[in-house]
Amino acid sequence: MLIKRRQFLQAGSLAATSFMLPKFLKAFEKPMMVPQGNKVLVVLQLSGGNDGLNTVIPVGNDIYYRVRPHLGIEKVKSLILTEAVGLHPSLTALRDLYNDGSLGILNSVGYPNPDRSHFRSMDIWQTASESNGFMSTGWLGRYLDAQCSGCDKPTQAMEIDDILSLALKGERIKGLALKDPARLYNTSHQKYFKDISAGHQDEHTEKPVDYLYKVMAETLSSAEYIYQQSKLHPTSAQYPKTGLGKDLQTIASLIFSDINTKVYYVSLGSFDTHVNQQAQQQRLFTEMNDAVKAFVSDLKSNNRFQDVMLMTFSEFGRRVSQNASGGTDHGTANNMFLVSGGLKQKGMIDAMPDLNDLNEGDLKYQLDFKSVYATVLNKWLGADDKKILGKSFSHLDFI
Amino acid sequence: MTVTDRLKNQHLLWRAGFGSMAEDLDQLQTASQKNVANAIFKASARSPQYIDIANDYLKGLTMGIDDVVKLQKKGLSQDEKKQMRKQSQEDIKSLNLAWLNEMVNTDAQLREKMSLFWHSHFASRNLNIYYQQLLLDTIRKNALGNFADLLREVSKSAAMINFLNNNQNRKDHPNENFAREVMELFTLGRGNYSEEDVKEGARAFTGWGANLQGDFVFRKFQHDNGDKNFLGKTGNFDGDDVLNILLEQKQTANFIAKKIYRFFVNDDIDDSKVAWLGNRFHQSNYDIRALMEDIFASDWFYEEKNIGARIKSPVELIVGIRRMLPMDIENEDVLLIVQRLLGQLLFYPPNVAGWPGGANWIDSSTLMFRLRIPQIIYASDQFDLQPKEDDDQAMGIKEMNDGPMRIKGFGKINGGQMIKAQISWDKYLKKFDDVQKENLANEIASIILQVQNGVAENTLRKFTDNSSREGFIKSATIQLMSTPEYQLC
Repeated sequence: MLIKRRQFLQAGSLAATSFMLPKFLKAFEKPMMVPQGNKVLVVLQLSGGNDGLNTVIPVGNDIYYRVRPHLGIEKVKSLILTEAVGLHPSLTALRDLYNDGSLGILNSVGYPNPDRSHFRSMDIWQTASESNGFMSTGWLGRYLDAQCSGCDKPTQAMEIDDILSLALKGERIKGLALKDPARLYNTSHQKYFKDISAGHQDEHTEKPVDYLYKVMAETLSSAEYIYQQSKLHPTSAQYPKTGLGKDLQTIASLIFSDINTKVYYVSLGSFDTHVNQQAQQQRLFTEMNDAVKAFVSDLKSNNRFQDVMLMTFSEFGRRVSQNASGGTDHGTANNMFLVSGGLKQKGMIDAMPDLNDLNEGDLKYQLDFKSVYATVLNKWLGADDKKILGKSFSHLDFI
Repeated sequence: MTVTDRLKNQHLLWRAGFGSMAEDLDQLQTASQKNVANAIFKASARSPQYIDIANDYLKGLTMGIDDVVKLQKKGLSQDEKKQMRKQSQEDIKSLNLAWLNEMVNTDAQLREKMSLFWHSHFASRNLNIYYQQLLLDTIRKNALGNFADLLREVSKSAAMINFLNNNQNRKDHPNENFAREVMELFTLGRGNYSEEDVKEGARAFTGWGANLQGDFVFRKFQHDNGDKNFLGKTGNFDGDDVLNILLEQKQTANFIAKKIYRFFVNDDIDDSKVAWLGNRFHQSNYDIRALMEDIFASDWFYEEKNIGARIKSPVELIVGIRRMLPMDIENEDVLLIVQRLLGQLLFYPPNVAGWPGGANWIDSSTLMFRLRIPQIIYASDQFDLQPKEDDDQAMGIKEMNDGPMRIKGFGKINGGQMIKAQISWDKYLKKFDDVQKENLANEIASIILQVQNGVAENTLRKFTDNSSREGFIKSATIQLMSTPEYQLC
């Protein structure tokens, strides 16, 4: 029935892998590519612990300048948002988005009993566990488990990387990692793999060998599917030739295709600025700023900015005081950016961190990041956040 | 498939070690499992050699320094500290590769396999090479010894004390991290203790610390001498008392037996077998060797449902290939990248709970890379994959050049890295001298795979080198290792 879709016929491998065609394709048989209102989430992970205080700068606060005599960014150099708040000078596109009403800023986001180790705190953010709990599945992986029981391909969530992050690993269903659709296609498009996959007699048992063949067949068909999709409507917009620029370009091309992906995940780093913070953060922010600028303008001209939300996070912020090496050490709570044409609350959504009320030199968290996840899962992705997060967190009103 | 003696023996070698070597193959045809098991225990009985990697430069810096206070007084410069960290990370890479080689080459297969189990059970991330190599030594020495000794020594190791913040656990200022994990992950398991037990247990461990050289120190002025209520008992307990109380609990034996069953027998738990093992383990006062003997001597261990039922961990996969096909690897460092790409870099567990294992090893990226590894080794293929940045430790990635041979069915991939390896095929090839041509494919499959080979022979032959007997054996072996079936043991 659906085999008539030309791009599948050209490749011809779907028949060989004896796969049922994805159910979601039925919705897209019309010429219209993606129904308006199909919400997409793009998670941008700032790896290494981004210094939030030099990102969203408390330019009206003396304490900030007192504890950061060298590292503090002067008010006049910052991009002024309000009397009390400026953005890092490299984030011009985000300032424009702020003025445009398409940027939301959440402050003091964190969790109780914060951990200052990169891998542990990242683990906590990616699994959405408590700080003394351990989970082997990620919050977006569990979203796949909950939403995707009828899905035939693990393309609902995709990471633009060679390795899949824990965030996208569910109990039964895992997202798919690819650095670039053509490359994934080339590495998996090996005749030997296709032949043994096609030849496998699935006994539909719970045996591990059938599970492995299932993952293999899904990967082969997904790789092909994604590759074909990425060629359907490749974006013609100009993107910076940086890592993140290319990644967001790949994501845009897929968003404009009729693929069923709801979540994209991409990382930028390293923000671990113990030394020479200024140069490093500026370089990374320039990359982020230019890539996001191109991405947003592309989404706008394709009329999809209402339906796409980009959300940034980092595993922790940094200490309030500068250190002796022109940098900052590992801290706790941090800010998050929300970028979308569909925000209900814009600008500074909550209060700037209180620098008078610190915990041994660290910011106190005011907002549990799991509340942000709950909001996004429930209001943006239409999922059962309570089931996915294991308990109920209060919802925010930014979407 | 028919469960032959050979299959059972291979099963035993995969579980009690990292698979068979070519030279074992003849004996495995006829030997009884009992004899093979005896040989395995005998080979693992002797004490292991300490793997001492730490660089002289580091020794120079820390030699003669008693504790952190003095080190701070001596005051290493920023550059020295940086150099020290860098050297330490380099040395941990060497420790990783040295241990990996030990797994490939040693007769004491069970000891190293058991050590790999404990390495994940007592998972510790630590950037100090001394602490890491001392903890590994503790684990290898006690791997088949007594669990009570192992638990005590690990609990007093500098690696664990630092990793779980017990240096910061002081009277009036308790840090509960160690007390919590020792119950949740090392002994009882979740749900078998209260938050109150965590608090009281933490008080008992106050004052337990470690110095720079990795020795345990008891700081008595930081120890809380008051009475503690712990798991229904009351007294002025110290850390040793708490460990003893934990060991008295039968739940500890059950918890460990269950985890061992998962790792060595089947992810799918058989409750009655686990209960029996837990009981015996407790009665033997935690004799690990006896527990393993119970498993490997039982009939149920060799039942078909337990054979080929486990997904190999990345380390098992890599070591297993290297045992069956011995090879010289010119650029050994590349194995660290392979470990990272597959999700198991030794000495860098994902968290204190260790590697979750089982189906968690598999996603589309890791599976496709696993399937390509034999080919990458055999044909010097390149792989253009980047491990994720690790902010706790950045590991260099070298760019390498192009390679020669190709095998049918694999397209060329440009750019990336290679495993520069020379496989010694002689012993392996010899095993097939008496095998008739038409039986070759079956014979190879029965040595390489622990589950029924699902690749039809005519499919296989499309991708093998059929121009010579030798070429066929080599290419068919590589192709059969590039299957989902080979991921299982």
